[in-house]
Amino acid sequence: MLIKSFSRRGFLKSTAAVAGATALPQFVSADGHSPLTVGFIYVGPKDDFGYNQAHAEGAAAVKAMEGVVVVEEENVAETTDVQNSMESMINFDSAKLLFPTSFGYFNPHVLETAPKHPDVRFQHAAGLWTDGMPTNVGSYFGYIGMGQYLNGITAGHATTTKKIGFVAAKPIPQVLLNINSFLLGARQVDPEITCQVIFTGEWSLAVKEAEATNALADAGCDVITCHVDGPKVVMETAAGRDCFVCGYHANQAPLAPEKYLTGAEWNWAGVYTGMVQTVLDGGTIDNFVRGGLADGFIKMSPLGPAVSDASRAQFEAVKAEIMAGGFAAIKGPLNDNAGNTLLTADDALVETDIALESMDYLVEGVIGSTS
Amino acid sequence: MEDLGLWVIPLAILGGAIRVSTPFLFVSLGEVLTERSGRINLGLEGTLVFGAMSAYAIAYLTGSPWLGVLAAAAGGALFGLVHGLICSLPRVNDIAVGIAMMILGMGLAFYFGKPYVQPVAPDLPSISFGWWSDIPQVKAALRVNVLFLIGAVLAFAMWWMFRATKVGLIIRVVGDSTDAARAMGLQPALIRTSATAAGGAFAGVGGAYLSLFYPGSWNEGISSGQGLMAVALVIFARWNPIACFGAALLFGGAGALGPTLQSVGVSEGYYLFFAAPYVLTLGVLIVTSSPTRAMTGAPGELSITK
Repeated sequence: MLIKSFSRRGFLKSTAAVAGATALPQFVSADGHSPLTVGFIYVGPKDDFGYNQAHAEGAAAVKAMEGVVVVEEENVAETTDVQNSMESMINFDSAKLLFPTSFGYFNPHVLETAPKHPDVRFQHAAGLWTDGMPTNVGSYFGYIGMGQYLNGITAGHATTTKKIGFVAAKPIPQVLLNINSFLLGARQVDPEITCQVIFTGEWSLAVKEAEATNALADAGCDVITCHVDGPKVVMETAAGRDCFVCGYHANQAPLAPEKYLTGAEWNWAGVYTGMVQTVLDGGTIDNFVRGGLADGFIKMSPLGPAVSDASRAQFEAVKAEIMAGGFAAIKGPLNDNAGNTLLTADDALVETDIALESMDYLVEGVIGSTS
Repeated sequence: MEDLGLWVIPLAILGGAIRVSTPFLFVSLGEVLTERSGRINLGLEGTLVFGAMSAYAIAYLTGSPWLGVLAAAAGGALFGLVHGLICSLPRVNDIAVGIAMMILGMGLAFYFGKPYVQPVAPDLPSISFGWWSDIPQVKAALRVNVLFLIGAVLAFAMWWMFRATKVGLIIRVVGDSTDAARAMGLQPALIRTSATAAGGAFAGVGGAYLSLFYPGSWNEGISSGQGLMAVALVIFARWNPIACFGAALLFGGAGALGPTLQSVGVSEGYYLFFAAPYVLTLGVLIVTSSPTRAMTGAPGELSITK
């Protein structure tokens, strides 16, 4: 029998040989310095037309830099799996800079792994670094709610039913800010507009996202956007139901060319190459980094053929205001959708306000609940 | 679009039943065929995902969704064949092999499917049964895919086959008693392997529906466990193909409940509504269970009933 000829010693010997052989070719650059290894970890596939693709496009830009080796791993769950992935990138690939890109990686996984590797830098997307957390951890994110606000303006012009829809994954602050911004943008056009939200409960559940989109269309929503990891299903289903769509994460115009109004996209390439360059130059990245449209952290998809002239004019005007800085989408007087006062007439939360990152409410006009 | 008020709920359940049930139906029919021959194939989740990938890839490469369906069926049959052949070896546990085949199927699908996440493949055609109505919601709910109709016909055909044909009788004999089958001069291993291969082909077609019609795109999270649920549905349906059809409809409809209730404003506790199909299963199993008899309809040679 073949099986019997496998002794444990033989097995150990051959696996050790394989491990040794793969460890041998250490990359060494021309000037003798070993290059910087940068690890990217994604929660889903890196070509999902969405969140992960946006990060992977940033990683591709880093890959093109000199003196840098990029290692990537996709489909890593927000569980101890990500700790194993990070450990393996550090121990086997000698990664010195890690980008674990999913929200749920931060607490506890990044925060637990970082103290064990003080010489490794952990750059986490979407987390909220605060004083007292490990100093080799940084968090960065973009004010993409502003993009959803601009989406809302085109949606407000396009809707005829005065009802727009939002397919959301989980009721975390960033998702809630996107929902609220989308509605408030539309209400700049017509204060009668309401926004129906449906939560699917997971970042990526194709069938449920399709069902949610159909339910929104059945409820009379005629412009639909989303905050799930891969918006492909939502875009295709909504366009199939003759609804307009606003994109998210990446440009989804090729999926629904006639129905696509615009979209809020990440623009990680510039951000990531900047951070990697800082490390290459021996500098330190700030522990807390945020940026918006003006900083090149986010961008808007080109406006689609269905966008009217009036819509285009208002879109461009508000975009210019946002680019100028200090813009507040969330401003008083404002109630939540249960009737409680959130902000009085003089209050405003500008895009950089840290209070927005602990948002736990849906504003008046959003139909839905956070629990 | 008109505001239908609460009428949206039954309409959505109907629409959901038609849209979501097809993969459940095909996988559970495939599993009924396999289990009636006396073997369990837990690997159908992997077959489903592999079918979804191969259907999408072939449909994209050839431009014909029907060639995609054929490819999915062929791929599924191959997986079934491998499972059947391995299980024909002495002292091989079909449940363990099934789990291995499930992981293998998903792994292969992810590996080969990588280049096809981005491209857009042509969809399978559907027939509009909503022509009589002016209401867009009704029209949308009654857009029925051809595979759903084929699946419904297959359920009845399989029921008839088990009940009234020689082939059906042979499969049942092999499934109920290996010794009796041998005494009759049948070859149980051959029949079981063929039944498993055919069952795999069914599951592959279920996958083709996922990627080529609803939700209609290929990515790695496309199935989210539907193949496993469908295997459980077979027990729920007591190994009866027509009951499988009903159970698949029930699951599809119950799955639409969560999103729809949110859309009419019942938004508190949506996680609970998402659990509706599973609560329903538990409820029905408890109600239909009997303290005095073993599971009715269970083939005698199944490794879980022996």
